Amino acid sequence: MEHSHAALATVHAVSYLRFIVLFPLLGVLFNIFAGPRVGRRAINLVSPGVVLLSFFFSFAALLQLPPGGALVDTVYTWITAGRLQVDFALRVDPLSATMILIVTGVGFLIHVYSTGYMAHDEDVARYFAYLNLFTASMLLLVLGDNLLLLFVGWEGVGLCSYLLIGFWYTDDEKASAGKKAFIVNRIGDAGFLLGIFLLFWSLGAKGVWTLSFAEIQTHAGLLAVETVTVICLLLFVGATGKSAQIPLYVWLPDAMAGPTPVSALIHAATMVTAGIYMIARLHFLYSMAPTALAVVAIVGALTAFFAATIALVQTDIKRVLAYSTVSQLGYMFLGLGVGAYSAGVFHLMTHAFFKALLFLGAGSVIHAMSDEQDIRRMGGLKTKMPITYGTFLVACLAIAGFPGLSGFFSKDLILEETVASPHGSVVLWLIGTLTAGLTAFYMFRLLFVTFWGETRAPHEVAHHIHESPTVMTMPLVLLAVLSFIGGYFTLVPFLAPVFGGHHPAHVSALVKYLPTVAGLAGIGLAYQMYVRDPAMAERVAQRYAAVYRLLLNKYYVDELYDRFVVQPVVAASQWLWRVWDTVIIDGTVNGTAQTVAANGLLLRLWQTGNVQVYALSFLLGAMVILGYYLW
Amino acid sequence: MVPISYHLVLSGVLFTIGVMGVLLRRNTIIIFMAIELMLNAVNLSFVALARHLGSLDGQLIVFFVMAVAAAEAAVGLAIILLVFRGRETVNADELNLLRW
Repeated sequence: MEHSHAALATVHAVSYLRFIVLFPLLGVLFNIFAGPRVGRRAINLVSPGVVLLSFFFSFAALLQLPPGGALVDTVYTWITAGRLQVDFALRVDPLSATMILIVTGVGFLIHVYSTGYMAHDEDVARYFAYLNLFTASMLLLVLGDNLLLLFVGWEGVGLCSYLLIGFWYTDDEKASAGKKAFIVNRIGDAGFLLGIFLLFWSLGAKGVWTLSFAEIQTHAGLLAVETVTVICLLLFVGATGKSAQIPLYVWLPDAMAGPTPVSALIHAATMVTAGIYMIARLHFLYSMAPTALAVVAIVGALTAFFAATIALVQTDIKRVLAYSTVSQLGYMFLGLGVGAYSAGVFHLMTHAFFKALLFLGAGSVIHAMSDEQDIRRMGGLKTKMPITYGTFLVACLAIAGFPGLSGFFSKDLILEETVASPHGSVVLWLIGTLTAGLTAFYMFRLLFVTFWGETRAPHEVAHHIHESPTVMTMPLVLLAVLSFIGGYFTLVPFLAPVFGGHHPAHVSALVKYLPTVAGLAGIGLAYQMYVRDPAMAERVAQRYAAVYRLLLNKYYVDELYDRFVVQPVVAASQWLWRVWDTVIIDGTVNGTAQTVAANGLLLRLWQTGNVQVYALSFLLGAMVILGYYLW
Repeated sequence: MVPISYHLVLSGVLFTIGVMGVLLRRNTIIIFMAIELMLNAVNLSFVALARHLGSLDGQLIVFFVMAVAAAEAAVGLAIILLVFRGRETVNADELNLLRW
């Protein structure tokens, strides 16, 4: 059975996995302490360099991975408390090997790109310190062999996302976007922590005090299904925060306030994949709890659809991509939720390639357009930025599920599994297929409006438009190659030792080909609306003005949250401040002091200064005491 | 022989006169003398009871009391003298600085 896999697998002890995490951390120290002094060239060399070193070590780990087994690097015993022992141990199995290669590989390209993108920024040392810390946290998250280390990395990426989204902190709006990301993630983390506590406590109640994944997997059978369901749902709350699912996705579209390569890093390689990874890592728990799986699948499918509809009408290039990330993450959760864990992780990988490419391409466009992000003022970039255009086109085809490109394989696999899996359903498949069409439509709308037609930029901006420097286009080309061929990486059999044997889904031709047809139809519709008949988009928007406004305002979710969550919390805090703190707590403390002072005022009248009055007091006192004893 | 009660009543009367002197007179020297009267009233009852009980303990304590009273008189009179030098008065009503 699945449960015995981890226990019986060959585990080799090694001692070089620690360097995968260590190198980016050294980069952090270098950037903090030496960065401001050594100048831009050294920073540009060291910061991507440490990530590249991590990538080499990750690749070495992949090559040394015993078939169906794992590598473990136990650095030291971190915590010993009673019968609980937590090791600072890193573990590479097929799942974490996939993740560290994505994180370091895509992360390295983003670092290289950043050296070009941030070439004119003052604070480049601080930027790369955060970026390296982000990478290190994510690597710790996926390498940790117990829940506690995962949680450390989990919080680390949360912190770094806050620091990077609010990187240009002098801009109030960007600083608030950082805070929003942090607070929304914090809400998810509360659920995640409760899930860990409940798991730890309920296993402990059965006599197994452990946080290590392998041991949890071995002993998971001791737990009641109801307990596992609650644990899985609580952990999923954390995943909805980190991986931007309904209802906690609201931070991700605002996260584009940071520098564009950061968006690429957050949306593609790190951070948002944490929730997917966590569920994939604890898949044995989710498999025990069909209710929790169903919740994951439904939330994923709804998020995919919901975010895709918002992306249809947005005009900010990064905002379209942000909602597309939310939507694609929904696909991954749909895959996980129907029990097709390897399909979910497969899509995670292909998405990392093409979404990083899309964001970096968008960054290249924004860079060329003198920081313009509104696609209505773009257009006609095709000839001026041929490399950016070509790579962007590959990414759009990949995400739209064009046959032969990476997104085609992973998305279709998820949708096929949605029908074939015992946890799946046709309704979810239908939502997913519809979303595939929407995805293709909004991506090609973005492509056509940005790159095709005549330029709509003001003259002085249009004059400046130029292809980005090589240091920025090289990552684009490499990512385009990966987006092209990523679908041929045989990830599903590679992951089989982690997720258990995989049976290829047998589905009807309709199920197999309809998502692709939907994607092609979406591309065709976008072509019709934005190239052949540009006025058509306007007509449709006017015809369905109410729907258009609803979508343009993102279903007013931010406003609803503001009204029903933020304002009540602010009001409650105001009450706690003005009434509870100022009146009750301060009142108690000050009231005590005032009472003592008032009594003192009264009692000191007794002190007349006349010694004979004092003597009278002695006498009376003596008589009272005497009287008491004689009575 | 005079019964013990006579001595004790006399002692009580003397003590009460001393207390009244302390509380009612204003001249600190008179107050001081009234305190001496109280001490001696107690001494009288000690001596009387010592004789009545056939024990030397009471008489022994009286010697202690007299010794302490002598020391106290010396210190007390010195204080009154110094107060008079500073304030030109020994009236207890006017010596009322120890107050709120």
